[in-house]
Amino acid sequence: MEKTYQHGSINRRHFVKELILECPEALIISGLGSPSYDVFDAQDRPSNFYLWGAMGAAAAMALGVAIAQPEKSVLVITGDGEQLMGLGSLAAIGAQKPKNLTIVVLDNGHYAETGMQRSHTSLGIDLVAVAKACNFDWSIAVNDHSKIKDIATQVNTRVACSFANVLIDANDYPKALPPRDGAFIKNRFREHLGFDPF
Amino acid sequence: MDAKEQTLQHAWKDEIFDILKQGDVKQIVYVPDAGHSQVIKKAWADEAITAIPVTTEEDGVAVVCGAWLGGQRAVLLMQSSGVGNCVNMFSLIKNCNFPFLCIVTMRGEWAEFNQWQTPMGRATQTSFEMMGINVLRADTPESVADVVSAGFDAAFVGGDAVAVLLSQSLIGRKKWDVK
Repeated sequence: MEKTYQHGSINRRHFVKELILECPEALIISGLGSPSYDVFDAQDRPSNFYLWGAMGAAAAMALGVAIAQPEKSVLVITGDGEQLMGLGSLAAIGAQKPKNLTIVVLDNGHYAETGMQRSHTSLGIDLVAVAKACNFDWSIAVNDHSKIKDIATQVNTRVACSFANVLIDANDYPKALPPRDGAFIKNRFREHLGFDPF
Repeated sequence: MDAKEQTLQHAWKDEIFDILKQGDVKQIVYVPDAGHSQVIKKAWADEAITAIPVTTEEDGVAVVCGAWLGGQRAVLLMQSSGVGNCVNMFSLIKNCNFPFLCIVTMRGEWAEFNQWQTPMGRATQTSFEMMGINVLRADTPESVADVVSAGFDAAFVGGDAVAVLLSQSLIGRKKWDVK
């Protein structure tokens, strides 16, 4: 079997766990597929909203949350394929520049969920440059764990609209399955913020 | 206000904005259309409301769901051609039971000059309904406020997902200078 092209070496599970434990108060929106498994595996919290579908929604949804909750940190954890499907949402976000929003893309250059077909990020597309062009205040590429503290600071201080593209390895990890009942996840999240579960 | 803008002025557009404002809508998310012009302008001018342009309508579906997740009411404005872009994203509404209000200006149904608008205009209502979204429709200037208000209550009091279609005849014929 052909060896999978690798453009990163970070273990996604370790990275996500370390990052979200540094951001205990953050409201987290995770993109469908592996990022939702990573976030759930790291720590299930009522302030996590796991997407299981609606591909391309994570960043745009987080924009709505960030504007509604300016005093809370909002953190998107999604994959390169999911972010590529919602590429235009980076323009919508850049036009608003919410200072409490951080997007973390776990970029393995592949669609892991569907059998590791290569995505645009391993075919010459640079999401860090896209975020910069979309007016994000802070946009970095991450090659190792040393940047986790910097990302957590962006999340926790809420001073800049931020984007981090994390180069992870393109390996399959065991699935860790969060709840799939969307109404339950929504109501639990709202209850955490003090709203009726409606 | 120039001549072109004056011809776009309609009382029902102000009535829509007033319903949203009085209903405590905090985010107005849109892909623009002439029929939504007054609401968009007022949204930008209102300090209590965030006007959020999106580059494609399905992003708008996700933004308004995010707003509700974060405790705010939001509405989505688009024209009928954008509804088809949203179809898979509507599964977010269905799966999570998000209250949802979308106001759609119709094209391709009344004295349409540009037939490229017609296929999606004709499929607009079906596209909403096949994804479980209830469709209301206003055909006369006098009925707009009532219909929008009914849709608003169904969404934010009742928790339903509602689209209000505004007939192309409300907006009037677009001038093309050809016959």
